[in-house]
Amino acid sequence: MPLRAVVRRSSYRDSMVLMRVAEAVRVLPGVREAAVLMGTPANHELLASAGLATTETKDAAPGDLMIAVLADTESAAEAGLAEAERVLAERRASVEPAGRSLPRTLDGALRQMPDANLAAISVPGEYAAFEAQRALRRGLHVFLFSDNVTLEDEIALKRLAVERGLLCMGPDCGTAYIGGVGLGFANVVPRGRVGCVAASGTGLQAVVARLAALGEGVSHAIGVGGRDLSAEVGGAMTVPALEALAADATTEIIVVIGKPAAPEIVPRLETAIARIAKPVVVCCLGATPAGSAAGRWVSTLEDAAELALATLRGQTWSPRMFTDPADVRARLPRARGPRGTILGLYTGGTLAHEAGLVLAPLVGADAYRLVDLGGDEFTRGRPHPMIDPSARAAHVRQAGESGDVGVLLVDLVLGRAVHPDPATPLAEAIYDARRAAAARGRELGVVASVVGTDGDPQDLRRQTATLQAAGVEVLPSNAQAARFAALLIRPDLDRSLLGS
Amino acid sequence: MTALTGVLGQPPRVVNLGLEVFAVEMESAGATVVHVDWRPPAGGPAVAALLARLDD
Repeated sequence: MPLRAVVRRSSYRDSMVLMRVAEAVRVLPGVREAAVLMGTPANHELLASAGLATTETKDAAPGDLMIAVLADTESAAEAGLAEAERVLAERRASVEPAGRSLPRTLDGALRQMPDANLAAISVPGEYAAFEAQRALRRGLHVFLFSDNVTLEDEIALKRLAVERGLLCMGPDCGTAYIGGVGLGFANVVPRGRVGCVAASGTGLQAVVARLAALGEGVSHAIGVGGRDLSAEVGGAMTVPALEALAADATTEIIVVIGKPAAPEIVPRLETAIARIAKPVVVCCLGATPAGSAAGRWVSTLEDAAELALATLRGQTWSPRMFTDPADVRARLPRARGPRGTILGLYTGGTLAHEAGLVLAPLVGADAYRLVDLGGDEFTRGRPHPMIDPSARAAHVRQAGESGDVGVLLVDLVLGRAVHPDPATPLAEAIYDARRAAAARGRELGVVASVVGTDGDPQDLRRQTATLQAAGVEVLPSNAQAARFAALLIRPDLDRSLLGS
Repeated sequence: MTALTGVLGQPPRVVNLGLEVFAVEMESAGATVVHVDWRPPAGGPAVAALLARLDD
């Protein structure tokens, strides 16, 4: 079977572009397999294990681009290589201004746009701190999407940012909204009165998407990175971000979102909140206030959005287990059947963490397991699972063959820069997992929540319908999905969760 | 604090280093964007760290 490969010397392209190019080649008639990879040692191993290494690719350097196509015929292989070149050029044209070549460095970019005020950095983690430091030294605010940045580098970058009066959003900052523009994985939401400070990208997405569903928008959302409220980083960016939103005329209420703040940081957070004249809602999942009356603390992302909106509208509010308990009661009889444990396969780390906080008191630690496929250990050298759904799809299929999993609990996150149709590969994997489970005489239930808005490019309704067509129980929020999953394996919880 | 509130006041002017899709999406959301044809420095992360120490 013909195998053709070419190497483009000194031609770096990001992992997401390469993934999309490979996808475009694989669907061509006669193409059996295609790889489009940079020549790193790990990628050489990948290429060899896929049987796609050739004499052309063997000396490709990390800065060289390798394209390999295995096809039924020589002409199909040639067509595959040509398609790869075409898509690479098309992608480049989308970011290259007509008649001007792209700058190679930050300084080159600043010569083209001397009044730039923000650097968005999503280069591989081992290079990210260097680029962020350079940007801060040039007086730019930084949105640092990259993960795999060391804690020491994060502390140094944030110290530099504070010295210069700049924002260092991240590392590992998935989402922000600055001046009406979404950065990173951003749902399409209206401008509004709610300002957010977020140590969690997917947590922020869940809050702003829920706000949008309720008819409210976002003034600004300042991401700070998942470790900002750790003891080591000490809220270095959270405090200035709070102060910035406190001074911002368009922000009427502030929501703080994150995983639990380190206990020694909570008083610092409360002191900063107490200085703010605007109402503040705090959702640091799993953390409780140290004692002062600063801010109103809630325990789920959904509650944060709903309390913020109720406060703006001058309404009283109390948390609910389910938006529509009658609907849940109606769905339970046909959804019940699976026996076994709950396996959460998440693309959003904060959503996984929130699910754990909901499930632990309901079913106990032995009855569930949660995997964050966006964690550092899964994203080294490959795209985030919100961009590349294949890693989670593989875990879903494995769950069908596992003897003890009764219910799968998943998130589906939409928004700009996210995969164009994440529901379809997830639904296909769910079909396969269900079939594998049925062959073993088992039933596999699947419960999901979708983080998205009507404005998102993926079409929220179509994504939801795709999951429902695959037999997935879709709930209005992640916390509700976790509760529903608990109800499936523990009918004795009906009374406490549904009041019946 | 002036710089912080200043950046919030209007759509940002962004230099994008890394994922091309972010440049496309930020521009369509209203930002002015210059995308950098970024590539890892020859010599890898160790050289990048050395350059960082030399950079002022």
